[in-house]
Amino acid sequence: MSIAVLIEHHGGQVSRPSLEALTLARALGTPVAVWLGDEPPADAVAQLGEYGACEVRVAVIGDDARLPAKAATAVAAASADTSVLLVISTFVNKEIVTRVAMSTGAGVVVDAAGAELVDGRIETTQTVFAATWDVRTRIETDRAIVGIRPNTTQATSAPVAGDATVVGVEVPLPETRERLAAVEPVPEEDGVPLAEAPVVVSGGRGTGGDYTLIRDFAELLGGAVGASRDATDEGWISHEHMVGQTGTTVTPALYVACGISGAVHHRGGMQASGTIVAINMDPDAPIFEISDFGVVGSLFDVIPQAIERIEAHRES
Amino acid sequence: MRILVTVKHTPDLQSQRSFTDGAVTRTAEDGSMNELDENAVEAALQLVEAAGEGEVYALTVGGADAVAAVRKALQLGAHHAIHVNDEAIAGSDVFGTATVMAGAVRKVHAETPLDLVITGMAALDGLTSMLPTALAAELDWSQLTLASGLTVADGEATIVRHLPDARETVSAPLPAVVSVTDEANTPRYPNFKFIMAARKAPVATWTLADLDIDPSAVGASAARTTVVDASERPPKANRQVVTDTGDGGTALADFLIERGLA
Repeated sequence: MSIAVLIEHHGGQVSRPSLEALTLARALGTPVAVWLGDEPPADAVAQLGEYGACEVRVAVIGDDARLPAKAATAVAAASADTSVLLVISTFVNKEIVTRVAMSTGAGVVVDAAGAELVDGRIETTQTVFAATWDVRTRIETDRAIVGIRPNTTQATSAPVAGDATVVGVEVPLPETRERLAAVEPVPEEDGVPLAEAPVVVSGGRGTGGDYTLIRDFAELLGGAVGASRDATDEGWISHEHMVGQTGTTVTPALYVACGISGAVHHRGGMQASGTIVAINMDPDAPIFEISDFGVVGSLFDVIPQAIERIEAHRES
Repeated sequence: MRILVTVKHTPDLQSQRSFTDGAVTRTAEDGSMNELDENAVEAALQLVEAAGEGEVYALTVGGADAVAAVRKALQLGAHHAIHVNDEAIAGSDVFGTATVMAGAVRKVHAETPLDLVITGMAALDGLTSMLPTALAAELDWSQLTLASGLTVADGEATIVRHLPDARETVSAPLPAVVSVTDEANTPRYPNFKFIMAARKAPVATWTLADLDIDPSAVGASAARTTVVDASERPPKANRQVVTDTGDGGTALADFLIERGLA
């Protein structure tokens, strides 16, 4: 059974969650990579093969990939002969798959943490209600679309590489009423994108606007920098860093919340993280209720000491 | 300017929020609209106020309790309220819900044309932010989603949307379905005059028959997915909270090292 995987790429590089999705696809059937935008570089194609893609179907549609109705047409054409379509569960991909589902009749689950074949149907697992409940859902239709969250599958290369044969997808795109008037790229920061990061260190009101220690700690742990809504509203850090139900949802192996009280909207964006650690002055902060390890204290005392200890441990 | 806003009745998440909002105390009754829909109502009211004319319709789909969501919209200043309630709708997936909402939008639009449908960016009780796209596709109207800014001029709507990799400006002719984020505006608080008026304001109650929708096209039997198991997650075991008395950072580091996380 062919499993289509919509590949996320930045500057010609395949994103790590896409490799996770290919790994998951191998457990369900034979992965077929779908690439929208500009032509993939040869090393990206090779990497997709390394993770099991037997084909790389390329629709060269440039910035039209940004308009959901056009992207959906390309994705539907590229995945027409497959029974399962896997995408990374981003806001934009949710728009694309909604339209693919409406044109193909496929059933959809987004924000999934896993997917498996049970009696010929796809069943997914996900957490809902701000990660306080686990839900298993069966997709009842012959065609299934699953939006998978980053960091939910360990990406591993295939025991036997796929051929990664590049196949061009020629598809007439529909005229859309929507037109892109401007696209202003967000300057790329060093390090991993927030949604994909295996470690996230976030700062909130308790930072007072000083993110130096948060950045230092994130760098030490190989993670990305996050923030609470309070901090982005104050203009201390840009909106792209906001973790929460209306910002970026993250599911890293380790989430470190510094000076964040843990309002329900913030928890909804990070509660499914593997291990949660919190530093907060207020012993009654709700973040402690969902933390594996909490320190009641000032992040300005705790973080430098923790950094020192970890550095000493690594040197020893 | 005629705008329809979709609002959803959600379980009361707001009880915690009302503490942080300081002076304002919200009752259980007015805490019953999905909080992100307040941004949609606000966007609609601001456009009508700026235009100096127009009307805002609030639409909700759901059982008897759902009427609280449109009452909240009336308290905020919406002019008309519509509640679609039909037993056959229960258990609908996003596509069924979009079918019902599109039917209600078409009915309003047929009487007097609408310029916009505005929705919130997601429902905070677990829906998936797929509805605005599904509604635009179902209606075959322009889709302008995840707007953190919205302007309307010369028969066209323009939005700004912040995506992780880019800030896009997207324009499309009216009528359009627009979803707004919580960055788009700061919702107003209910106005006392409107609160009093909302108690007596009529709410149009429609069934699927009023919308000419085949009941078998919606509801649980038409849903493409089935929840086969749902269980509450156990609270985290072995939680540790220490108070920093000079070695809190070391304790935290040791925890991370032990777990192989540092």
